[in-house]
Amino acid sequence: MAEFKMPSLGADMEEGTLVEWLIQPGERVKRGDIVAAVETQKGLFEIESFEDGILGEPQVSPGQTVPVGTVLAMIQADGAPSPSEESPPPASEQQGTEPSATTQAPVVAAIPVPAPSQRIAASPAARRRAAELGLDLAGIQGSGPDGAIQLSDVEQAARPASGEAPPHAVLTPSSASREGMRQAIAAAMSRANREIPHYYLETDIDLSRALLWLEEENRKRPIRERILPAALLLKAVAKALAAVPELNGYWLDNRLQASVAIHIGFAISLRDGGLITPAIHNVDQLNLSELMKAMADLIERTRANRLRGSEMTDATVTVTNLGDLGVKTVFGVIYPPQVALVGFGRITERPWAENGMLGVRRCVTATLAADHRASDGHRGGQFLAALDRFLQTPDDL
Amino acid sequence: MTSEEIRQVIYRNLRRIAPECDPSELAPEENIREALDIDSFGFLQVLIGISEEIDIEIPETDYAQVFTLAGMLNYLTRRQG
Repeated sequence: MAEFKMPSLGADMEEGTLVEWLIQPGERVKRGDIVAAVETQKGLFEIESFEDGILGEPQVSPGQTVPVGTVLAMIQADGAPSPSEESPPPASEQQGTEPSATTQAPVVAAIPVPAPSQRIAASPAARRRAAELGLDLAGIQGSGPDGAIQLSDVEQAARPASGEAPPHAVLTPSSASREGMRQAIAAAMSRANREIPHYYLETDIDLSRALLWLEEENRKRPIRERILPAALLLKAVAKALAAVPELNGYWLDNRLQASVAIHIGFAISLRDGGLITPAIHNVDQLNLSELMKAMADLIERTRANRLRGSEMTDATVTVTNLGDLGVKTVFGVIYPPQVALVGFGRITERPWAENGMLGVRRCVTATLAADHRASDGHRGGQFLAALDRFLQTPDDL
Repeated sequence: MTSEEIRQVIYRNLRRIAPECDPSELAPEENIREALDIDSFGFLQVLIGISEEIDIEIPETDYAQVFTLAGMLNYLTRRQG
């Protein structure tokens, strides 16, 4: 029997609101299935199961806000019960972040469960608004395709019959959730500046060769398959992190817990304000096309409020790219418990001296903000040097 | 496709990426990305949408010609003919 809990989607999260069960009690879940939608200050997230098994009775109902770690439901593991497996699983020695220990949970006889009810069809915006208003979707009449509940239906259901002013007149919902996100960012960044002794390094990197290579490559590709320079930068970061592993992982229990897996949190600014840094998994193992797809998919799902909980928690490092705004240099604040943040500014033509010659090259300024508890400037410098080196041989990225 | 139809295709794709903006308020020579705060990923999505709707391949070397609304209209009308 395993516990399906309200996850912590970041150092700044203390509680979350269960918006909806996407799998009904008695239904089978597989590891990786989306079981529930949870609303936090950073938005709506889909929470996956880390178990195979049968979902038990919900212990928290939609609309309820509960602290991180609260059991939302039990999941009964599959297979034959084995008493020897009842002993607690050994402490996880791996440095990855998945709660894999619970996969050894023993099996308990299935309890009878009521027939699963139909999942209520509703748009993400409608789910979000209903959660904000504390309304149960089951009680709302949908007017969309196949009776799907739309935002307007939720607004309609929330409106007082007499037409009097709505109860929350001060903050509009969107400004309320923006305010929540601001608070969440404030908490995480204050903690970072309070606890993490940052050091900063910067270097200018000549990207001429990489960009020429990329232009040549893109000429062969239809528009949908083209690669943006950001993908090159991200891949080079992943390779450089493999060379300097002290910058990839977490500072926990007063020691560095370096991660073998390289999951890069990719900073995405939200159009209505705020910032979110979901993870792209195993960047070192993706080729540029796969990485570009992963980035596009992440941006698309961020916009559609369809990020997975795990993507919010398992980044081992963060990359921020403010080049689109014309910024030259980014000195970032590390997202705890991570130990480094890599920043890129705008790619611009600059005068460049090499071998006694002055030329004009397309360059980017790369910065490293790193945790001095986990690494020293010397290793940080080696990271930036490796990053530069990898960007000079784009063919190998 | 008429120039007005192309304009509507452009507006529709800009609204998809920047839903809170009104692209009809764009000045013809304004830099679209700066005016609507669209990043390089978003702008690529806009170009993909437009190129698929009008069925015109936009090579990367031509991106500089589609940075403004006037430039984009001009470019797409020309390429169409």
